[in-house]
Amino acid sequence: MINLSLLTPEIIVLITALIVLILDLLPWRGRKVLLATVGVLGTVGALLITMGQWDLREEAFYGMVAIDNFSVYFKALFLIICTLTILLSINYITRGGIDLGEYYSLVLLATFGYMFMASGTDLITIFLALEILSLAVYILAGFMRHSPKSNESAFKYFLLGAFSSAFLLYGIANIYGVVGNTNLKDIAQYLSQEAALKNPLFLAGMGLLLVGFGFKVAIVPFHMWTPDVYEGSPTTVTAFMAVGTKAASFAAFLRVFFYTLEPLKGQWVPVLWLLAAVTIIFGNTVAIYQKNIKRMLAYSAIAHAGYILVAMVAGNDLGSSSILYYLLVYSLMNLGAFGVVIIVEKKEEENLTISDYRGLAYKHPMLSAAMSLFLLSLAGIPPTGGFVGKFYIFSAAVSGGYVGLAIIGVLGSAIALYYYLRIIVYMYMYDPEKEFLDGPVPFFSAAALVITAIGTILLGITPARILELAHYSISYLGH
Amino acid sequence: MIPISHYLTLGAIIFIIGSIGVLTRKNAIIILMSIELMLNGVNITLVAFSYHLADLTGQIFAIFVVAVAAGEAAVGLAIIIALFRCRATVNVDEIQLLKW
Amino acid sequence: MDTSLSLFGDYQVIHNYLPILVFIIFAFAFAIGTLIFSYLVRPNKPDPEKLSPYECGIPPMMDARERFSIRFFIIAMLFLLFDVEVVFLYPWAVVYNKIGLYGFVEMMLFIAILLVGYIYAWRKGALEWE
Repeated sequence: MINLSLLTPEIIVLITALIVLILDLLPWRGRKVLLATVGVLGTVGALLITMGQWDLREEAFYGMVAIDNFSVYFKALFLIICTLTILLSINYITRGGIDLGEYYSLVLLATFGYMFMASGTDLITIFLALEILSLAVYILAGFMRHSPKSNESAFKYFLLGAFSSAFLLYGIANIYGVVGNTNLKDIAQYLSQEAALKNPLFLAGMGLLLVGFGFKVAIVPFHMWTPDVYEGSPTTVTAFMAVGTKAASFAAFLRVFFYTLEPLKGQWVPVLWLLAAVTIIFGNTVAIYQKNIKRMLAYSAIAHAGYILVAMVAGNDLGSSSILYYLLVYSLMNLGAFGVVIIVEKKEEENLTISDYRGLAYKHPMLSAAMSLFLLSLAGIPPTGGFVGKFYIFSAAVSGGYVGLAIIGVLGSAIALYYYLRIIVYMYMYDPEKEFLDGPVPFFSAAALVITAIGTILLGITPARILELAHYSISYLGH
Repeated sequence: MIPISHYLTLGAIIFIIGSIGVLTRKNAIIILMSIELMLNGVNITLVAFSYHLADLTGQIFAIFVVAVAAGEAAVGLAIIIALFRCRATVNVDEIQLLKW
Repeated sequence: MDTSLSLFGDYQVIHNYLPILVFIIFAFAFAIGTLIFSYLVRPNKPDPEKLSPYECGIPPMMDARERFSIRFFIIAMLFLLFDVEVVFLYPWAVVYNKIGLYGFVEMMLFIAILLVGYIYAWRKGALEWE
């Protein structure tokens, strides 16, 4: 069945993107805020409809797209990310001189791609979704056309991204050749035969898929692009791709590996074990030496992908639901931390090194308090959401029998504490030397910070309900 | 009749030529061409499997890949032009403002 | 199995192409044979004037490999996109009779989205030459 009506949220996002594109051509004054308003209205509308799809468990387009709780959970997450990104961007892109209507349109199109990453149940859908989001984000990364750094980051991201998606595609082609279909259900059925598990062509295809997804979620050794691209892109775009692209890629990664390739667990779990350990150690160690705060957050994002891999390796009930929980917390706290960076950043890339945060607390106590909250959450200190997420992940690893990996994870978090606390020390222990902002904190950015801060604290204090939701989402995967 | 392994080998060879091109070439445009070559290697594989399996999915997928490759080429060219205007070079060795 | 859509087609087809193959071989053989024959019989006295490239009877003005305007790139990019997207019309047209009204509406939606992109490019001035 086609069931077009099930895709209403996606269609709303797409139409909003097109409307924004057309509205931008009209010669109205003050239209930029109007464009952002249209964008937010569209995403919030799509969010409400998505929430209404909970427990629907339907398929659309002859099994190419699934509307199950897993996809609803992720789609809601992406729409929240999109709304917060637009709120954070309104002031920033005016200041940065990149106040073009295409910006919002591309953010919405990337969100459209994210949504299909979570709901695609056919390798064709997943590939197309990956390309839609990648193309939009490549352009966004180079959006500051006159900044050599922004151009360079878009260039690097594009070349390495296209390279990795070619590998993903070759993996898909091999799997198609073995199974005779690209639908995840048919692949799962094929794998239920004993002999299928040893097919070398299939295993090669699976390895190539792992490379493709590993690149998008930025795990070592496929992380080389991350620091450069995160540093060079406009900061709002960095925030958007650090949370959105990562969460979307993990959504497809989980669906393919947890549900479809589950019978091959014996093959991919050891590989992921190694990648998780290397990612956590490498990301956290290199982050210590960074002077630029965006670069530091990039390495922290790499390390966080490692923590999520730990939960994937554990693979038990708690592990799988903690991935969804952690991705939600990660999105909120990372958007919050980047939000503060966005507010403090000035034109010409001023205020971007860690020592620039010297004495921020004496000029802007609320901003520093929010930043401290997000950093403590990233480090995993109670009572924040980050602590609960890490706690669930590591206890899942221990109960799954991966004590060694859990120890590596805890050690990594201990290293991470150093570089997160360093910023807090700079903010509180030094005297301010300059004015940070040209005016008051912009209203929309402040609103986004308040939302993320409340979310981070709530997830830390009452995690049970969201964890239950996450559990329901993933346990119905493929049913 | 030409056996399927010939087509698969051809596809694999083209894919490998493309990936070697990406890794060794210095000119951004040639790297872009190499990526297109990789995608076309995949296309040959897909169509060969499609014929072998008597299943149309592979050929439809190949058409999608062609369309995606066009989009990628357009975005890639646009990024390279923007970079060239900014830096007056397309040599990847000279593009190294961002370093760890 | 529906081979009419397959890119490889039917192997019987190869027999139909045999005359073309023979024709190609003859064409190449004739061209190469003529070149070799004239090389053997003609007098060979080169001088610099004879070896220089010919351009309307006057000496060549500049290198033929010239840099061309960046505007060509934008036109090429637009052409590439719209040209390749239209590829989807082909399979659609082949099965048009079987998919009926729904297929028609869906393709119109696809074209409408392309049209938004076209209007955007037009209004942004990507099609202007000056």
